[in-house]
Amino acid sequence: MTATSSETPRVDAVPVKHSRYRRVGASRGNFELWSWVFMRGSGILLLVLVFGHLFVNLMLGEGIHAVDFAFVGQKWSSPFWQVWDLLMLWLAELHGVNGVRTVINDYTEKNSTRWVLKALLFTSALLVMVLGTLVIFTFDPCIDPSSTLSVCSR
Amino acid sequence: MTATAEKQKPAGDKAPGAVPTFTVTLKIQRFNPETDSEPHWESYQVTVHATDRVLDALHQIKWEQDGSLSFRRSCAHGVCGSDAMRINGKNRLACKTLVKDVNPDKPITVEPIKGLPVEKDLIVDMEPFFDAYREVMPFLITTGNEPTRERIQSQQDRDRFDDTTKCILCAACTTSCPVFWNDGQYFGPAAIVNAHRFIFDSRDEGGKQRLEVLNDKEGVWRCRTTFNCTEACPRGIEVTQAIQEVKRALLTSRF
Repeated sequence: MTATSSETPRVDAVPVKHSRYRRVGASRGNFELWSWVFMRGSGILLLVLVFGHLFVNLMLGEGIHAVDFAFVGQKWSSPFWQVWDLLMLWLAELHGVNGVRTVINDYTEKNSTRWVLKALLFTSALLVMVLGTLVIFTFDPCIDPSSTLSVCSR
Repeated sequence: MTATAEKQKPAGDKAPGAVPTFTVTLKIQRFNPETDSEPHWESYQVTVHATDRVLDALHQIKWEQDGSLSFRRSCAHGVCGSDAMRINGKNRLACKTLVKDVNPDKPITVEPIKGLPVEKDLIVDMEPFFDAYREVMPFLITTGNEPTRERIQSQQDRDRFDDTTKCILCAACTTSCPVFWNDGQYFGPAAIVNAHRFIFDSRDEGGKQRLEVLNDKEGVWRCRTTFNCTEACPRGIEVTQAIQEVKRALLTSRF
């Protein structure tokens, strides 16, 4: 019917069996379920943690003008705020990482790209969480020997 | 929209009450695997009635202008689900879309549904779509002896999954889903809708198996609730809600 019928047809259409459209095998496991639950749970907890953090730092007392090295030193000398900030750090980091992991899954087309981006993501997350945890627990407000902070005079 | 409103429009028409006609341009994405390496656009002008559907316009092109135009259609009345296509950027059934409703003042674009391999013009390979459909086991699973009479179900139990029985497997939902567009590995709304139809059927006993299938890495958890599927469904199925109900069923089976 078409003009091309006389010449040898060039068939470019790739059968589905060999194309990227082919569905690859199933992978069972509850990981995606738990990650979905974690996003909801951590999201709610983070609302409390972050707004509590903002309220205490920026609104109570003198508000934002009180925030300086001494203020942070004072806060982190209390185990309550250490745990608060640790929770905030870990939950925010994991929540964010899981979100970006989803974005990578949704937008990358090749498994190799996916792998590289996720490797970068997880490395950065590990770095942030390890460093952050270290700082929260080893923070020394009296690192300066001539410090005049009230916590250091004791 | 009513007959009286249409009567006022054509001043020059002879018979009173005659259906007005107008000329419209259809911009159709063409692809011939034997000669083309890339799809391209081609425009056609057709004169259609205000009562004509996009499918009628496509017929006119195929029958009167260019016989090489290829598209699927079977019943032509919105039941078989063969002629889902992307009309003016939205997935619709060509047989259920009136030309006058898709802004005929401008060229109307017609493309194959996205995310499935194009075979020719508006025809896509539906196999990956049906693969996902088969995986959710869309058939009644029971144990024990077969009853001698029909399996009785209360009206309330029947209503539980009524919405998802309406699916005609046209793939308009799955191919409107951005997660599916990416790599086509996501089960897609249609497969989940058809799993939902049996998971919530009181006569069926395979619900657990189906939930496990949809707990897959590419299962319900990939849904981002963008509602594209619900908007695209020509049968008005609340697809996103069905997906959320399957998620909830999975969660309640765990906790």
